[in-house]
Amino acid sequence: MSEEQIMSLEKYFEERIARDEKIEPKDWMPEKYRQTHIRQMSQHAHSEVVGMLPEGNWITRAPSLRRKVALLAKVQDEAGHGLYLYSATETLGVSREELYEQLHTGKAKYSSIFNYPTLTWADIGAIGWLVDGAAIINQVPLCNTSYGPYARAMIRVCKEESFHQRQGYEIMIKLANGTPEQKEMAQDALNRWWWPSLMMLGPTDDKSVHTEQSMKWKLKRKTNDELRQQFIDQTVPQADLIGLKIPDPDLKWNEERGSYDFGGIDWDEFWQVVKGHGPMNKERMKARVGAWERGAWVRDAAMAYAEKKEKRKQAV
Amino acid sequence: MATKDWPLWEIFVRSKNGLEHRHFGSLHAADAEMALENARDVYTRRNEGVSIWVVESKHITASNPENYGELFEPAQDKVYRHPTFYDLPDEVKHM
Ligand SMILES: [Fe+2]
Ligand SMILES: [Fe+2]
Repeated sequence: MSEEQIMSLEKYFEERIARDEKIEPKDWMPEKYRQTHIRQMSQHAHSEVVGMLPEGNWITRAPSLRRKVALLAKVQDEAGHGLYLYSATETLGVSREELYEQLHTGKAKYSSIFNYPTLTWADIGAIGWLVDGAAIINQVPLCNTSYGPYARAMIRVCKEESFHQRQGYEIMIKLANGTPEQKEMAQDALNRWWWPSLMMLGPTDDKSVHTEQSMKWKLKRKTNDELRQQFIDQTVPQADLIGLKIPDPDLKWNEERGSYDFGGIDWDEFWQVVKGHGPMNKERMKARVGAWERGAWVRDAAMAYAEKKEKRKQAV
Repeated sequence: MATKDWPLWEIFVRSKNGLEHRHFGSLHAADAEMALENARDVYTRRNEGVSIWVVESKHITASNPENYGELFEPAQDKVYRHPTFYDLPDEVKHM
């Protein structure tokens, strides 16, 4: 194809998106669109999958059967989210094996929040409330994104997320209204998860490289800072309601803006974790790669069995 | 290292009787039976379906968006296929 032809295809492509048309897998798309989507969608899938690890850590120790079935169902949902997203990513012409390979070799990133440890049961409450809460804020606008398979996957994901956040907040309510020790445990979890949750919404707008292009392709509808503000404004009253204190001395209602002002975020910590130096990065990758490798014989056996059955069928 | 990767399957789910099967997404499985079981877990955790079809992705033949014109344009100028094409007096009822 000549440069000119590509230019006019690109122009037509951008116009389609501007008209709110969806792009489907076999449609022509600029190479950059394909690559950006493979990167973002697979990162998203990896985050769902690695995100099971910190919570999976507490399934066997959930304090009641009610909590255990809820946590099991939530973690199973996250596996489902990972699978919706991986298969949506595969429609862009990349194989599942390549995607796993990228995760396992550290070439692909996943959300840095999952590199923090879950030390107490209250962390399970804090994750559902804050981490799934922040995820919802990130994900709702993606239900309208331009790439059809991604948008459809996100609609399914968003439908399921609401229960995740509610079960987490319910855990926090119970603990906050419990014994002094339980309340302290809830506060401690909030203290540890608050700042990483704010970081989860991404670098500040002046440091964010992809925003403008992402806006055009509807991979983003609001900037990171806008999303962060939205998260803070909706979460602070929820903390107030159960008598927990947001660990930010600079947090203050700003009448004029109709929003909360908040203190500075430790972006050095964020970049350290992104670069692999968070408290649990190594552990998470070890668990993930280990599960993949230890499962190899099962995958092989299933394939061998399927082939044997097929052969037998043909012989009859 | 896996000797051979599990193939990809397309999943179609009937939400309830009376509705058609609709494409829900895809997944990997060693064979059709496993694809059905996995589809149950991946796509119907909340009563989203009463029936599932699975078909290996390689068996689907899809039209090419580049041929959109030759395939679908012939239908565009056939307004006489629509009821509003026909002029009837307003007095005619139930038609
Ligand atoms: Fe999720
Ligand atoms: Fe979730």
